[in-house]
Amino acid sequence: MEVTPPFFLKNALQMKNNIIHYCNIKNNEVYLDGKKLYTGAEEDFLSFIKGVYKSFGLDYPKFYKMDTLCKLAIASSSILLNGINKEIDPNMAILLSNRSACIDVDIKHQESISQGEGSYASPANFVYTLPNIALGEISIKYKLRSENSFFIFEGFNPEFLIEYGNSLTQLGKSSSVLCGWVEVIENEYNAFMFIIKPEKGIELTKENLEKLI
Amino acid sequence: MKDRIAITGMGIVSAIGMNAAENLKSLKDNKHGISKIEHIDTTLGDKILVGEIKKTNHELEDILGLPSLNNFSRSSMLGAIAAKEAIIDAGIITEGNTKIGFINSTTVGGMDMVERYYNDFLEKKEHQHYIEVHDAGSNTDLISEHLGINGFVTTISTACSSAANAIMLGARMIKSGRLDQVVVGGMDGLCKFTINGFNTLMILSDTYNQPFDENRKGLNLGEGAAYLVLESEESYQKRNKEPLAYLKGYANANDAFHQTASSEQGDGAYLAMKNAFKVANMKPEQIDYVNAHGTATPNNDLSEGRAMVNIFENKVPKFSSTKPFTGHTLAAAASVEAVFSVFALRENLVFPTLNFEQNMKEFDLTPQLELEEKEISAVLSNSFGFGGNCSSLIFVK
Amino acid sequence: MEELKIELKEKIIEALNLEDMSIEDIKDTDVLFDEGLGLDSIDALELIIILDKDYGIKLTDSKDGKKIFQSIETMAQYITDHRTK
Repeated sequence: MEVTPPFFLKNALQMKNNIIHYCNIKNNEVYLDGKKLYTGAEEDFLSFIKGVYKSFGLDYPKFYKMDTLCKLAIASSSILLNGINKEIDPNMAILLSNRSACIDVDIKHQESISQGEGSYASPANFVYTLPNIALGEISIKYKLRSENSFFIFEGFNPEFLIEYGNSLTQLGKSSSVLCGWVEVIENEYNAFMFIIKPEKGIELTKENLEKLI
Repeated sequence: MKDRIAITGMGIVSAIGMNAAENLKSLKDNKHGISKIEHIDTTLGDKILVGEIKKTNHELEDILGLPSLNNFSRSSMLGAIAAKEAIIDAGIITEGNTKIGFINSTTVGGMDMVERYYNDFLEKKEHQHYIEVHDAGSNTDLISEHLGINGFVTTISTACSSAANAIMLGARMIKSGRLDQVVVGGMDGLCKFTINGFNTLMILSDTYNQPFDENRKGLNLGEGAAYLVLESEESYQKRNKEPLAYLKGYANANDAFHQTASSEQGDGAYLAMKNAFKVANMKPEQIDYVNAHGTATPNNDLSEGRAMVNIFENKVPKFSSTKPFTGHTLAAAASVEAVFSVFALRENLVFPTLNFEQNMKEFDLTPQLELEEKEISAVLSNSFGFGGNCSSLIFVK
Repeated sequence: MEELKIELKEKIIEALNLEDMSIEDIKDTDVLFDEGLGLDSIDALELIIILDKDYGIKLTDSKDGKKIFQSIETMAQYITDHRTK
């Protein structure tokens, strides 16, 4: 039976969630747990992320078919999950967010159907015109059948991710949560993926998340 | 009882009615809303049937009393109409209410306006204001402003399971005490973006959709919006409001198979249903009626059927898909069908699956074919979205 | 038909984003789907679009694609027999 313990008992009952690992991809750089692992020289996002893919040996040919959002989500989650060298919790929930959903591929699709008589929509584009496909791609790659959701906010919303992420572990739904802000629109991008778990790590607070992103 | 969340209001617009009463009447009268598309000029017009709401955007503006210069997309107008009905039905005040939230969902957002004026945007200034509200979040903001909701507001975008996930999040926020009341659901208007996209996946039918039928050809797209008002026990008791029904179970799981197809055995669907039963602390045999996702695509009905056979251990209760009435309303589907599930509970009715002719060869499952009066105490509602996002909800009296 | 086969290989590599492949990597009789080149159902739909857009062949049932898209060989043969462009 799903029971929410009274607030004052919550912390006493179990260890709080902490940020146990995190990955950043922004400003042409890739960081894992705060350590810079890669710098790319490319000016455009697509070339940069392809460089990241190759450099980290991600070896996942489906990557090339993905839209910009899924490429960024797969790259950042792969670097994070591959880099922590531990077995991945099969019921790790996924909680992603951003501001622009999957706008790049939306535009591509829109353009392809606006050519008048010669319009041909591309199924390979259309399947990506939903931000939650990124959840699907991560789930497929890591065989996760856990709970997942994608939220749209005006800007990075650490309080929401903390509250929602905590409720997932405290209600016993998941043993850990992969949280993220994965935003890309044309050549502006910022990916911040982090895992929270009731284990030793960086304290899960709004201030810390704002510092780490 | 803290293990269930009260539903104190509902609102809905769909191809079978502009409010809850109209929708219920159509369901009882076997009156579906599937037809040729009238309000969108598309080259596919003759090749598909849709669940279109036969109101122009001007007529929707009039219903809402909007000024002629406004930022509402068709999706948002449908959303605002349905959300308003839900709030009035619940009898709640939004002004000065800090413990009310709005959790919306959409796949289209402002796309229907943007695609209409896309080619003009650079030359003409008069429609450029729609660019600001292209994204999902802005549309939600417009509606929450219109409704006077200033508390927690967010948008979920997980394809066809979006509204179920909005309902789930709302329930959790009530349970955690973060909110006392929350308006939850989804909205999506028809637009070329969606029509062309689904067409290129070759899953649209050129005839009336036939869920769970051996010869099903695909889905009919639909449009609509629907919202529930979820409320805490303390809140509705304080104001002496009798709930319409209760949300007892809910769960979400990923199928982890393909971006747009479901796994053969419906793993994600099975897990979502299984976990919903766990949350509800109920057994499958307690379900009196299943409102299936039943889109009539070859893929969904096969995997959903298999998942149902597995979870109910071959004793599948009465089930139907109401998509032959409304079409597949995408982000609104789960909330449209949540409203229908509450109807089933309150009216003690099992709704039929229209257009059915022949059983699927893979299993021995026949959906409900006639409107039937039956004591209904618990309903399971499924919504499975692209990206493998599977959600199930359980409603009780 | 040799020219057509090369054309098809080029189109497939481009349309299906097979970045790490070149024309030499695809043999005429290689199985395109599943274990072969690893193409999936969405790729099949893309090929159906190519058939229509570039060769004027309209396939109304996506299931027909399975036979036609077995290999470059079968594709080229089908197009030669049915093309209207």
